[in-house]
Amino acid sequence: MTRTVLVVDDSKLARMVACKALAKLRPDWACVEAGDAKQAMDALSVQKVDISLIDLNMPGGGGLALAADLRRQQPDMPIAVVTANIQDEIVARVRELDATFMPKPLTEEALAAFLAGANLRLGKAAHRSV
Amino acid sequence: MQRFWPAQICGWGKPRIAAFEAIMQLSEIERDAMAEIANIAVGRAAASLRQIVGHEILMSVPSVEIMSREAAARSLAKPGTKTFIAVCQSFEGPFSGRALLIFPEANSLELVRTILGQEMPLDDVADIEDEALAETGNIILNSFVATMANVFKRVLTMSLPSVLRGDGGQLFEGPVGADDLVLLLYINFEISQKEIRGYLALVMDLPSLETLRSLVRDFLEAASR
Repeated sequence: MTRTVLVVDDSKLARMVACKALAKLRPDWACVEAGDAKQAMDALSVQKVDISLIDLNMPGGGGLALAADLRRQQPDMPIAVVTANIQDEIVARVRELDATFMPKPLTEEALAAFLAGANLRLGKAAHRSV
Repeated sequence: MQRFWPAQICGWGKPRIAAFEAIMQLSEIERDAMAEIANIAVGRAAASLRQIVGHEILMSVPSVEIMSREAAARSLAKPGTKTFIAVCQSFEGPFSGRALLIFPEANSLELVRTILGQEMPLDDVADIEDEALAETGNIILNSFVATMANVFKRVLTMSLPSVLRGDGGQLFEGPVGADDLVLLLYINFEISQKEIRGYLALVMDLPSLETLRSLVRDFLEAASR
């Protein structure tokens, strides 16, 4: 099933890397880019998003606050927080939000594992709601 | 985001001015890529620092500017903070230079106490201040430079750390040549529950910065292919 993935990162390079890996792993999925939390919420208001990849360290409200907002809006959405900041506190806060911690630089292997899990989770959620 | 602009360059030959201006004017995507690579490297370094001090490290979104050493020195100076302490390590490879971890000198003892534990008497802390700073700086700077080397898939070797004290100008003073430029990765980091802040800076000469810039371009090309 085709999914739409929202990639939120203030770095264009980081968005390029994520979307390129996504296109390779899931050629039929769509990638939507946002440069900050506000753009992410705007994107969400105009289209359906199934999965989010969120950078941690962004200007104008960090990735954790955005992940919490997304979680409230879409309790079943698979969310990954992507960062090189592997401090225990950060990992713990990501897990509290029921999100996946993904280290930067993002690798295809890590993304493939997350997307596979996300796809399963979305399938189960759809099954439950039927 | 705060930006610092290079000082007026004057009194130099035309080719050099052209070369300086060319390297200082990073394109938007080059600046983005350098900031992102720095962000990754500092994220790793912050995690190492967190292991040492036992408190969470808060970091700002990095800004990247290439500027003269004088301009870099000026941009560090803040009201009330004129002297700094820095751990400095040279790195060599396809591009070479010095990496500096810089703190206001007033923060130094508190930082060392945070590393060693509050129960240590202040006199003893003062005795091993430089050693503790050098060791801490070594871990952070190595983690920073190694992450950068890994991202570019190049080998960079590091010298032993040394501890410097002085104003911004003294910290950025090079052993040779007046034409070194500073790639100032302006990342403010703060140790939570402590009033300790610092910066990271890379000092490189013109050829090294050009090499770094071409590596960034290769990286961008690989990412967009």
